[in-house]
Amino acid sequence: MSLVAGVVAVQGDVEEHASAIERTAESRGYEVDVREIRESGIVPACDLLAMPGGESTTISRLVHSEGIAPEIVAHVEAGKPLLATCAGLIVASRDAADDRVDELELIDVTVERNAFGRQKDSFEAPLSVDGLADEDPYPAVFIRAPAIEAVGSADVLASWDGRPVAVRDGPVVATAFHPELTPDSRVHGLAFFDNEAAFVPSLENTVR
Amino acid sequence: MSAETDLEELRRGTDLVKRGFAQMQKGGVIMDVVDPEQARIAEEAGAVAVMALEAVPADIRKRGGVARMADPADVEEIVDSVSIPVMGKSRIGHTKEAQILEAVGVDMIDESEVLTPADDAYHIDKRDFTAPFVCGARNLGEALRRIEEGAAMIRTKGEAGTGDVNQAVHHQRTIKGEIRRLEGMSFEEREAYAREIEAPAELVHETPEMGRLPVVNFAAGGIATPADAALMMHHECDGIFVGSGIFGAENPPVMGEAIVEAVNNWDDPEALAEISKNLGKGMKGDANVDLSEEEKMQGRGV
Repeated sequence: MSLVAGVVAVQGDVEEHASAIERTAESRGYEVDVREIRESGIVPACDLLAMPGGESTTISRLVHSEGIAPEIVAHVEAGKPLLATCAGLIVASRDAADDRVDELELIDVTVERNAFGRQKDSFEAPLSVDGLADEDPYPAVFIRAPAIEAVGSADVLASWDGRPVAVRDGPVVATAFHPELTPDSRVHGLAFFDNEAAFVPSLENTVR
Repeated sequence: MSAETDLEELRRGTDLVKRGFAQMQKGGVIMDVVDPEQARIAEEAGAVAVMALEAVPADIRKRGGVARMADPADVEEIVDSVSIPVMGKSRIGHTKEAQILEAVGVDMIDESEVLTPADDAYHIDKRDFTAPFVCGARNLGEALRRIEEGAAMIRTKGEAGTGDVNQAVHHQRTIKGEIRRLEGMSFEEREAYAREIEAPAELVHETPEMGRLPVVNFAAGGIATPADAALMMHHECDGIFVGSGIFGAENPPVMGEAIVEAVNNWDDPEALAEISKNLGKGMKGDANVDLSEEEKMQGRGV
C-alpha cells in the first residue's frame, strides 16, 4: 500500500519529520511518498500531515500568506491525521495567547509559548506518554518548548512537571516536544496509524 | 515511574538539545539588529531569530578599531523585546564574552570573525557551554574543526558588511565540493584527507555518509537581496543570516519580509520576481574585490 504524506515545509525541521514518517511507514509495511509543502495545492492529495518545529511566528505567517492554512483545516475537518510538534502545536492550537500567532484552531487547547524558558533551559528527559505501542518512557526533547495551559475537549497524553505536553483532539496529535529528533517512531506511529479518531484514505478498504 | 524520578532525569545542554535548537532555525532568516525597535521589525517581518549587535558589520567596517561584544544591558533589552530567539556575538577565543552572553540569556552565541579576535591560536571550547554556538567557516576543514570544538551550527563566513554575496557562494561551494570529493574516497584516502585539511578523522568519515555537514549549515556574509538569499538556498544552505542587508536598506520592513518569502520560494522564479519588485534601494555595499587583504574579515580564526 502506498501513502502520500505531507510535511508543512515553510520553515523548521522538515527533513527530520520526513525521515521519521518514512521510518514509521516502513515499520508498518507501507510505502510512502513524502512531499514538502511550501505552497498551496499539495495538501488535498495527502493522506497524513506533519507540522514541524520551528518558529511559530514565522510558520504562522507563511502558512497564511501561501494559502496553505485553509487546506490544513480542511484536511483535519475531513478526519485525516495531523501530527503537530512544538511550533506546530502552537500554530494548530485554539489559542496561542499571543497576537503574533494566527492560530488554526484545530486543537482545543490554550498554549503558553516558551513556557519552560529560553534555550539554556531546554532539556531532554524520559516521558510517560499514553497510547504508545508499549509502556517504555519516550525520549522527549524540549527546545524552548511551549506548554498547554488549558485543555478543552482534547485528551492529555503526557504531562511534564504537572503541565500537559502531549494531547490528542480527534484526528490531531500534538506535542510540545520533538519526536522527530530521536529515532523512536512511536509518537509518529500513534498519530498516523493508531489513532482511531483519524482515517487514512489510502488505507481504507485494505486489510491491516 | 513517579513524576519526581522523571524530573531528576532531566538533562540540559546536551548535543541533541544544542543541535536541535539549530535544526529548528532551518528554512529561516536570522536578522542583525542593534536595538529593540529593529528587533520588533525583524520579528514582524518573519525572522526566526535576531542577532543582537552594537553595530551592523557594514558600520563596524567603517568605524575601524577593536570590535567587541555588545553591552550586555543592550542585549538584555533586545532579549526582553521579542518572543523569537536572540543570538549574540562574542570575539573568537573570548570565553568570558561568551559566558557573559550566556548569563544574559541569549539562545545562541556566534563566535564571530566580524569582531576582533581575542585569541590568535584557539577558539572557545564550546562543549563546556549550555548555550549552543554557531561558527563561521570557509572550507570543510574549518567547519569540522569548529564542530569538534562543539559548534551546533556552521555558517559560511562570506565577507561580512560588504553586501557582496560572492564570498558566501565561494565558501558554500567549497564545502559542498569537498564533501562530494570525500564521497568518492576509500577509507584510507579519507584518513589522509583528514590530515591534509587538519580535521578530526571521525567527522571526516561521518560527513560523506550523511552527504552533508553533520550540523545545520547556514549562509552568511554579504547577503543583501531576496535573490541573494534564494541563491544561497539553491546552493543547499539550510537558512540565511542577513547582517547589514536589512537595516542598511532603504525600507527595512519591506526588505526583511521579502527575504523571508524568498527563502520559502527559492526554487520558484516567478514568485521570486514578484517578491523582488519595488523594494526600494538595497544596501550600497562594497564589492569584495575592492577590499585589501587587511580589510577582509574572513581570514580571522581558521
